[in-house]
Amino acid sequence: MAHNPPQDQGVTTETPFARALLIGLSLIFLLLVLVMPLLAVFTEALRKGFPAFLESLSDPETFSAIRLTLLVAGISVPLNLVFGVVAAWTIAKFEFKGKAVLSTLIDLPFSVSPVISGLVFVLLFGAQGLLGPWLQSNGIQIIFAVPGLVLATVFITFPFVARELIPLMQEQGNADEEAALSLGASGWQTFWHVTLPNIKWGLLYGVLLCNARAMGEFGAVSVVSGHIRGQTNTMPLQVEILYNEYNFVAAFAVATLLALLALVTLVLKALLEHHFSAELSASRRH
Amino acid sequence: MKTKLMRHVLAAGLLIGAALGVQAPAARADQALLNVSYDPTREFYKDFNAAFAEKWKADSGETVTIETSHGGSGKQARAVIDGLQADVVTLALEADVDAIAKKTGKIPADWKKRLENNSAPYTSTIVFLVRKGNPKGIKDWGDLVKDDVQVITPNPKTSGGARWNFLAAWAWARQANGGDDEKAKAYVTELYKHVPVLDTGARGSTTTFVQREQGDVLLAWENEAYLALDELGAGNFEIVTPSVSIKAEPSVALVDGNVDAKGTRKVAEAYLQYLYSDVGQKLAAKHYYRPAKPDLADKADLARFADVKLVTIEDFGGWAKAQPEFFADGGVFDKIYQPAQ
Repeated sequence: MAHNPPQDQGVTTETPFARALLIGLSLIFLLLVLVMPLLAVFTEALRKGFPAFLESLSDPETFSAIRLTLLVAGISVPLNLVFGVVAAWTIAKFEFKGKAVLSTLIDLPFSVSPVISGLVFVLLFGAQGLLGPWLQSNGIQIIFAVPGLVLATVFITFPFVARELIPLMQEQGNADEEAALSLGASGWQTFWHVTLPNIKWGLLYGVLLCNARAMGEFGAVSVVSGHIRGQTNTMPLQVEILYNEYNFVAAFAVATLLALLALVTLVLKALLEHHFSAELSASRRH
Repeated sequence: MKTKLMRHVLAAGLLIGAALGVQAPAARADQALLNVSYDPTREFYKDFNAAFAEKWKADSGETVTIETSHGGSGKQARAVIDGLQADVVTLALEADVDAIAKKTGKIPADWKKRLENNSAPYTSTIVFLVRKGNPKGIKDWGDLVKDDVQVITPNPKTSGGARWNFLAAWAWARQANGGDDEKAKAYVTELYKHVPVLDTGARGSTTTFVQREQGDVLLAWENEAYLALDELGAGNFEIVTPSVSIKAEPSVALVDGNVDAKGTRKVAEAYLQYLYSDVGQKLAAKHYYRPAKPDLADKADLARFADVKLVTIEDFGGWAKAQPEFFADGGVFDKIYQPAQ
């Protein structure tokens, strides 16, 4: 193959050998770091056969971990959808003092280690924390309970929707909205009928990424979880527990679910990019 | 319109969230106890909790669900201090219970006297787990500082087991050197130079040694070492009992502040008492803990424990003295430990 240069060489000037080498290297790299680990997860999970795989997933503690993960994602993703749209709208469509600061703040969860994100909530809401005494006297439990898990997840996944929308909205400018307003639409109508349709694919894309992270987050939720079995362990935490109990089939079975989630996210993302590349182009430039 | 679709998606998401949220508390039983424990007790408490729930149902007619949380003992104590609503704590050492008592006042200072045997229903000791055939020829503490030996032990700052490991090593070196603490310190300093990685809890260290195949010897709880043999094939590892070790007394305590707030005092007290019953003691021995009342346990289970000369924490002046001296910030461990290169 390397001795037979194709005619439509295009703009690159590499020899066919160099091309084959580069392509080969990237394929081998992908195989090593992406495909093999993924396959390993599935083979470990199915090591003792499919019935054992199913049985390990029906364990009540694992089942409650799945339910908790869905609950946490079910609350934090819609919240971040709203926050994200509001933040993006504010930054992209208006000029105001401190805009740069706000824009930087949105990125904060990306740059802070998840462990710190978790500890911040312990410092705030823990029994020894700032608000701890007040919360305790009112019988409100935040840390080591579902609210803490949701808070940590919301914090961690906050930038995903906003970061996806801001470049897209900036690119689109205000022209459509101005036209709508000048034709007598209310602010709400403008948003609902003009802005939202313009950003819907970028929004969906952001929500997908946000959801993937919300379900997969380990560090921050580990700090605020308290690890009560069947109560405050999300799927990633349950994977660690099962693994530490030498229950490898079950650990990898749960990991399989997380891997499947990642695959579904990737496929949906690829489909979105394929069909709506023009509308998404702005958002992929950052 | 596509926006309609999005509205539906959003509404569905909220509905699912709400439905799940409503379901979660409904799944709880009449009474729920939270036992905050340390790493290696997982298997023991799984069995014990089932036994206790059955007994409580028979005695009182109430259904009790026992929830558990496991992790490094120090980390677990920290979580209870930060507000984890434990009804009982069953931790690796009394210093951790003391920390909860001191920082929160939820446990009275004299908690240790409230239950038999210094509130330690079972004890354990520290042994070595080595690879099959003992390729490095490890027989006693002195062999751990040979040039080519790597030792796996967790971090004494976060793990109770690791503190027992540390003190057991110290005790051996002190005896070997005619009671000279300076020489003991030199030995322990050397020992930690042979530690390539400090995990936060005992179970993490076991996984490091067994699964990731790091190191030549694991300093482990006796029960943890036997469990590793059971779970991962006796053919791969051997247990070596050193000439001197330490009597580790994992402590259990009622968290008065929490049980009174939740109204679970009665069942929580019964839970701890049940640890001392024949059922509790038999289960402890079955899971390789040395029972506080050996006469209640099965002879066959007891025969598995090797005879070993055991020092106790009293030889170090008790935890009240040993904890600040060795493990507090700026204590001996902080001075001697340099992360391995």
